[in-house]
Amino acid sequence: MTLTEWLRDPNPSSRLQSRMAQSYLSWLRFRRNKLAMIGLLISVALVLMAIFAPLLAPYDPITQTLAERLQPPLTHGHWLGTDDFGRDIWTRILYGSRITLYIVLLVILTAPVAGLIIGTVAGYFGGWVDQILMRITDIFLAFPKLILALALVAVLGPGMVNAVLAIALTSWPPYARVARAETLTVRNSDYIAAVKLQGAGALRVIWGHVMPMCLPSVIIRVTLDMAGVILTAAGLGFLGLGVQPPQPEWGLMISAGRKFLFEQWWVATMPGLAIFIVSLGFNLLGDGLRDVLDPRSSGK
Amino acid sequence: MTSADLPDAPPSHLGRLLRQVGKTIFTLLITFIGLLAVTFFISRVVPTDPVLSILGERATEAQIEATRTKLGLDRPMFTQFGIYVWDALHGDLGTSIRTKTPVLAEIARYFPATLELATLATILGTLVGVPAGVLAATKPGSIMDQVVRLVGLMGYSMPVFWLGLMGLLIFYGKLGWVGGPGRLDAAFDMMMQFQVTQYTGMVLIDTALSGNWDMFANAVSHIILPASLLGYLSMAYISRMTRSFMMNELGQEYITTARVKGMPERRVIWVHAMKNVMVPLITVVALSYSFLLEGAVLTETIFAWPGLGRYITDALLVADMPAVLGGTIVVGAVYIGINMFSDLLYRLADPRAK
Repeated sequence: MTLTEWLRDPNPSSRLQSRMAQSYLSWLRFRRNKLAMIGLLISVALVLMAIFAPLLAPYDPITQTLAERLQPPLTHGHWLGTDDFGRDIWTRILYGSRITLYIVLLVILTAPVAGLIIGTVAGYFGGWVDQILMRITDIFLAFPKLILALALVAVLGPGMVNAVLAIALTSWPPYARVARAETLTVRNSDYIAAVKLQGAGALRVIWGHVMPMCLPSVIIRVTLDMAGVILTAAGLGFLGLGVQPPQPEWGLMISAGRKFLFEQWWVATMPGLAIFIVSLGFNLLGDGLRDVLDPRSSGK
Repeated sequence: MTSADLPDAPPSHLGRLLRQVGKTIFTLLITFIGLLAVTFFISRVVPTDPVLSILGERATEAQIEATRTKLGLDRPMFTQFGIYVWDALHGDLGTSIRTKTPVLAEIARYFPATLELATLATILGTLVGVPAGVLAATKPGSIMDQVVRLVGLMGYSMPVFWLGLMGLLIFYGKLGWVGGPGRLDAAFDMMMQFQVTQYTGMVLIDTALSGNWDMFANAVSHIILPASLLGYLSMAYISRMTRSFMMNELGQEYITTARVKGMPERRVIWVHAMKNVMVPLITVVALSYSFLLEGAVLTETIFAWPGLGRYITDALLVADMPAVLGGTIVVGAVYIGINMFSDLLYRLADPRAK
């Protein structure tokens, strides 16, 4: 029996098999969506780039070679050209993917978790706990995100960790809203009542039985938000408030190329293209995932 | 027993409306105070001492003490916050460290430029986005639908500052179709101060009102690029939402009825369905307007646009916290205001929401 036959078996013999068959069906639906597949490819490529940057990069990202400064693309072994310090732009984009991925990972490991906890607690307990937590959430939602992030970085001081902190602090509220809405729909269901009758405490109910139900919606939002995180981080870098030179952060590279925009256009253009392609990839992926995992909002 | 206790008496339309407005204003006030609590918190954890930044390093003990008292820094935190809220509600957002002028007065000078840009961008975005979304919804899965979807997603994925730089590079640097950074050419910029009455602070309106059409044309050539780029971003959002609202309406039974009666498709879509799509669209357009106020921060630095975003980023670079936080409060307040206003409009426009 081949793997596909095992997955397509109409009478699954184990829980694992039926679960796998479900995932397989989702995958088939996902695969039909060409744009989503492109998104997946781009995301995988980004991860590979980040992992194998030292192997793929022809030069060093930091070392300056002033003799080779501002070389146009496709010359002297620099297919994307060099910047004002003679550093190979392709090399810097490769290493920059590590920074981008690192920032995205840090944000999606913090903000959604915080939002999930706040949302489930508010939804599960209801009453004044809900009132207070949701008021706070609303206040943060009312803030223009980028400007709050700017003000926070201004206080904390520029740097990558602070930029991550500022982005995380401004991006948890939507997750809290999503998690609360999901919690409200499952709170009164029979299986929760059954768990409670068996003597489970609030913490156990929320952690073991409410949060897993919220995960799919939160995960969809995370994929759709990743592009936003990349754009905000690049914006902070561009303003000189995020990652500091000489690190090859993409936003920072654009800001360096701004000085020679009209004469040496490639210095600002290439890292911007990298940001654009990667965020487009995440957006396509998120869009496709939503169609597969959440048929309600598929726009069909 | 008052009339309010009678269960069957439906509250009058006006009464309901007033209660709605009252509730909205209350929420607005709470949210605004929350906003102030956040900026207050930020301003108090800021590592630079506000007293030293005013007096300089060589101030005497007595001077420091006097300034602390003057600024109210010797009072309990809670009182300080009370004073902070009171001042903010009375339009006192502190004094800029850099220029020594009241922050609100400065913002009043910078704000019209941002407003002009964001308004024009929203108009452009709506004019293109709504028809695009409708076209995509009428033929789901078609080439047109795919194009609208892809163009929209590209707008979501574009770093706005990079888009601005590319726009400048192509349309100003290479093609020379539009004016460069700034609101006017340098020559006109000088004239602006002497020959044009500043009615609104918005160059397009002021020059038009003064009948100075040369200058108006120059202002158009400068604003058209940043406004189109920001308009593209809001178009991405508006077209996407319009598509999903329209899809939703077209599945309703009243649409089938209209079609069965033999009504021309154009009328079904643009009159019958559109009427219902308009209601949620109000919220979407308002939201995109408030996004643009934010997107303006990065765009304005690229286009040397003397607006609020540029004011905030310039202040950031010299750590002028009162100016940064004052700008944050104003943008936040406008943001809250727009959202509440659209919420109210929504309730008025949709009879089911009453």
